Amino acid sequence: MEITETVSIHIDGKPYQAQTGRNLLEACLALGFDVPHFCWHPALGSVGACRQCAVKRFRDENDQGGEIIMACMTPVTPGLRISIHDPEVLRFRAAVIEWLMINHPHDCPVCDEGGECHLQDMTVMTGHTRREYRFRKRTHRNQYLGPFIHHEMNRCIQCYRCVRFYRNIAGGRDLNVFGAHDHVYFGRHQDGVLESEFSGNLVEICPTGTFTDKTQKAHNTRIWDLQTAPSICVHCGLGCNTLPGERYGQLRRVRNRYHHEINGYFLCDRGRFGYEFVNSDKRLRTPLYRPERNIAQREMRLEELFQQAVLRLKNPGTIMGIGSPRASLEANYALRSLVGPENFYAGVTADEHALLELARTILTQGPARAVSVQEAARSDAVLVLGEDLTQTAPLLALALGGLGYQKAVAQARKVQLPAWDDAAVRQFGQEAKPALFIATPQPTRLDQAARTCVRAAPHEIAALGLAVQAELSKDSAAAPEAPEALAPDIAQALAKSERPLIVTGTSLGSPAMVQAAADIARALCRLGKSVGLICCVPECNSMGLALLQAKNLSAAFQKASEGRVDTVIVLENDLYRRAPAQAVDAFLQKAGAVMVLDHLRTPTSLKADMVIPVATFAQTSGTLVNNEGRAQRFHAVFPADETIPEAFRLLVELKQAAFGQGRPHLRPVLEDQRLELSRAFPVFSGLAEPLPSLAQPAPGGKVPRQSMGYSGRTAIHAAVSVHEPKPPHDPDAPLAFSMEGYEGQPPPELITHYHAPGWNSVQALLKYQSIAGGPLKGGSYGRRLFLQAPAAQSDFFEKLPPAIDLKAAERLLVPLHHLFGSEELSMAAPAVAQLAPLPYLALNPEDPLAEEGREVLLTVAEQTLCLKVKVMPGLCRGVAGLPMGLAGIPVVALPAQVVLTKGDAT
Amino acid sequence: MNRPLTKNFQSLGPPLSLAEYEKAGGYQAMRRALTAMEPGQVTALVNAANLRGRGGAGFPTARKWSFVPMGKDAPRPRYLTVNADEMEPAAFKDRVLLEGDPHQLIEGIIIAAFAIQAEIAYIFIRQCYTTAFRRLNTAIAEAYAKGYLGRNILGTDFHLALHLHESAGRYICGEETALLNALEGRRPVPRAKPPFPPVIGLWGKPTVTNNAETICNVPHIIQNGPDWYRALSLTPDGGTKIYGVSGKVVKPGAWELPLGVSMREVIEEHAGGLRPEVKLRAVLPGGASTALLPPDHLDIKMDFNSMQAAGSRLGTGTLVVIDDKTCIVGLVLNLLNFFARESCGWCTPCREGLPWIVKLLKAIENGDGRPEDLTRLKEQPRLMAPGHTFCPLAPGAMEPLQSALTYFEDDFKRHIQEKRCPWK
Repeated sequence: MEITETVSIHIDGKPYQAQTGRNLLEACLALGFDVPHFCWHPALGSVGACRQCAVKRFRDENDQGGEIIMACMTPVTPGLRISIHDPEVLRFRAAVIEWLMINHPHDCPVCDEGGECHLQDMTVMTGHTRREYRFRKRTHRNQYLGPFIHHEMNRCIQCYRCVRFYRNIAGGRDLNVFGAHDHVYFGRHQDGVLESEFSGNLVEICPTGTFTDKTQKAHNTRIWDLQTAPSICVHCGLGCNTLPGERYGQLRRVRNRYHHEINGYFLCDRGRFGYEFVNSDKRLRTPLYRPERNIAQREMRLEELFQQAVLRLKNPGTIMGIGSPRASLEANYALRSLVGPENFYAGVTADEHALLELARTILTQGPARAVSVQEAARSDAVLVLGEDLTQTAPLLALALGGLGYQKAVAQARKVQLPAWDDAAVRQFGQEAKPALFIATPQPTRLDQAARTCVRAAPHEIAALGLAVQAELSKDSAAAPEAPEALAPDIAQALAKSERPLIVTGTSLGSPAMVQAAADIARALCRLGKSVGLICCVPECNSMGLALLQAKNLSAAFQKASEGRVDTVIVLENDLYRRAPAQAVDAFLQKAGAVMVLDHLRTPTSLKADMVIPVATFAQTSGTLVNNEGRAQRFHAVFPADETIPEAFRLLVELKQAAFGQGRPHLRPVLEDQRLELSRAFPVFSGLAEPLPSLAQPAPGGKVPRQSMGYSGRTAIHAAVSVHEPKPPHDPDAPLAFSMEGYEGQPPPELITHYHAPGWNSVQALLKYQSIAGGPLKGGSYGRRLFLQAPAAQSDFFEKLPPAIDLKAAERLLVPLHHLFGSEELSMAAPAVAQLAPLPYLALNPEDPLAEEGREVLLTVAEQTLCLKVKVMPGLCRGVAGLPMGLAGIPVVALPAQVVLTKGDAT
Repeated sequence: MNRPLTKNFQSLGPPLSLAEYEKAGGYQAMRRALTAMEPGQVTALVNAANLRGRGGAGFPTARKWSFVPMGKDAPRPRYLTVNADEMEPAAFKDRVLLEGDPHQLIEGIIIAAFAIQAEIAYIFIRQCYTTAFRRLNTAIAEAYAKGYLGRNILGTDFHLALHLHESAGRYICGEETALLNALEGRRPVPRAKPPFPPVIGLWGKPTVTNNAETICNVPHIIQNGPDWYRALSLTPDGGTKIYGVSGKVVKPGAWELPLGVSMREVIEEHAGGLRPEVKLRAVLPGGASTALLPPDHLDIKMDFNSMQAAGSRLGTGTLVVIDDKTCIVGLVLNLLNFFARESCGWCTPCREGLPWIVKLLKAIENGDGRPEDLTRLKEQPRLMAPGHTFCPLAPGAMEPLQSALTYFEDDFKRHIQEKRCPWK
């Protein structure tokens, strides 16, 4: 680790304390000085391009003249004497803005960045007010960059942040800088969809409106009119923190919410642009009812349907509850309370359930620690077993993609090259290859960052894992007969490292592989290593649901087939995405009545007898548990509609009405659910602790969700009444649907937007950190439910997966995952759906049937599919890849052996 | 008078072949260095000779070499890059050497690479120097065939691979660190210093970049010793220098002269003075990025220290003579146009500031100038001072502008007042 010391520096004649190992710009910002800057960014480091952060340095106290230097390129050294406010340097900084403004179009009134534009802030900060350039501006043609990013090149101030992020951090290749002198152009070689899965971050990295959010643009909103609340991404299991913004009852964009240990400064494009399912026309907005099975559903008022539901629940007979990995802990728990623990089923199949149980066991019992995404980024040897991380846990892929740079930083430190000197570190360490090993059936986007990639079928990956484990613990009895050739290399790299990490996940459906990952971690622990383990899970609350210890969906099907179920309540779950259609059909047929609570119209809701639309994450609050076992709260961005209740509240009210329990005179609140939950399960005991400002209401009240600049609050309803409506009450969050309330910086968990005097852009975030890029002031948040793994000497699984004997016409069918396409909710967002592939079957080029576009037939789980072949170079031989979740791809348990035949002549 | 650098020049036809070069005493210095000297001794000799870099900055060559980490644990490979990307307007002194005696350069490269124990060397040559490119290519092939390049040169354990790399043709590639980026196939954007290339250079490894003329001096220092070499010069800095003159003189050209001859001598004796129809108005002493000097400065010695004391720079040593029929505003506009076009676009002052200056100068030259334009022009050299920009390109561009404003402000005023160019 870097050794830093606190030294004394002088700024405009006064002494201050600063940390060595940092640059002067970071030090000045940390001390609260407003030093304008563009090309420097906490996640990108310094390159000295924009010349905006100029300050004056003096040799000693007698030096009157001084010299202008760039703060971002100057290390903090003891006794440094600088001036930020010297007239000459003030003039220089104003001149830099003046230069940047020469060609800037000044179209702030129609620019989506306006109001949160770093360029606006910096312009005001330098005091440049008068335009003296009297010649023509140069102009550029804009490019079509796909459904996510709007390009407005004339606004560009050439800070080079975009290409540095896109190429150096995201590993993209198709965005670059072209041309020279005052004609440099940032874009693609030609119009086209940006290839990177992280392109959305350009919106926040760009200090002005060159790259803006196209979905936000389509919604036509000014950013100060957005109502925002801290939220958690619902599109994968990592639990990235987000800040969705709402106006006129519509979500209009999602921005990153900085979490020092999870997503840092970045989001993936599914997380950023998947939000539009909330506005989708696939939303359920009216309650539906059919008194009998064979008639059509018809609309019904919520109150009426509620009464029907209560009547139904009062029937004698079993009520079964099916929970959901995409619903909050509180909603799942409320359902569990309503139906009773014995009748509550996790809404996932036996296979997936077993995998999640396995993940839970491994992570809770240790001895390896579950680590966060950002801790993973600091690992020095990583083995990825089976996961195509870019598609299933994108931010983890982004973190591991930076391992090479981390290695370069470590090497650079040895020659006294500071970590912030970005270009020099990259120059120096350009040949640093990180100890990243990836074993997957198919090529992955992360391969380019890896030292070695292995293409293998799931059971072979498990065998490789066991071989590595055997190599690490030579005395182990389970050493496979034919040791994998690569195992010694991998084992050696892991054993040599200081912070090894094993990454696996559920996406390949292979328990043996997850067990092998755990075995490697255990072997490393026995060697005395502090090893991290990450098990990726598919959905935002998969781990939370696993912790509720329910039975699985297959058991529910079994029970229904025995004819012992009167009513089934399905919570936010499309069973047709979980189990084969015939099984679900049979199950729904057997149930006396089916009640579906969901926000999207799904095949399951179409078959239901009662459909109650419920609020999405944007209009309710709750807790989600991410893959590392971190419970995080999300808060309603805007109030729930009167006719679309919040699921947890509706379930508690149903219980009160049907069984007279609880406190019927009071509106149910989230906090009660959390308290009950914490009492029912020891693992959730930490959740009883209320949020900081609920425990001690802060002076000034709740944290406002609306910005200081929020406009037109009376005008919105002026057609109805010119009186200002009372802000809706929120019993569940220490946040107000108002622009008034708590002033100043709220506790880190409750930041609704980044703002500081003079800092209106996302760059204001640095005012919430004690040092740029560091933790938020006030510390970490999100409760780790199983932080400390016990040191118990648990045993190895050491289960060799059964060998698979493929016959001539057979392939091993394995699941492939797509960032855009495999996830249910984001596919209701048009921009994401646009990028989803059509159904296909992936084959290795050497496969006899490998011919692009050829139709092949395969029969799996008693269904025959006809799919077009996609030739996938690098795909493991003998394997066929089936993309999961796409329309037309049925639910099947994979991996499975299948016979492929040519389709009819087409 | 001794003219070591040009002694082998042929008045007509191709330069000396390897055999002819050897017959003329060539590759003896290489032989001595590789077989009879330690790398450190070579550097010490060059240091004693007071050889200063001929690229323009005049940095002591041996000192640059001494920054390279040596010894067993030092990073490998190490690189020597030779800057033959002579794109400074009005400069042509490297071209003379590249075309005139390519083996002299190659011998210098072998010795310099030996001194820093580099195993790979590159000659980075200006794109349009096609003759020099061809001749160097031939010479390099000869040297490889003879075993002077490649593995185990002269039976020693010293290896050197030499590559000739043709620039893609931007002025900025001549900047030491931009050159390295260009060689790596990246955008030729300069790198920040520190770290300095002798420690972290090409592909992150120790790299010395020397100007082609500098390298050509090395064999003669090894061959004849530092005392002899210092005696060639009229100044404490050793050696001869290729001086050149362009402009309306009787005999434009380039000559090898002792370092430190006066501008008057170069212009009047060697270039034959100005043509009879014109009078001298100013001199651009060392290429486009040096300050103009008026005629009363003609007796200044053309060496690093004297030129600096006079407020200009020796630069490349290739003079541009400016006569009284040439519009100074037009001259400065022409120069600034070049610099604005050749800005790499990395840092703001250069990228945005130079084009603005060009537009102001164009307006003044075309009769659209305003009095406040002059105020703005005068502020620019202060704003684009060294250190304010990322590399020396923009500060270099400010030298002719600032000196023109100092010595010829009236010319600008006349343009603005008369709303036209009085020289047209």
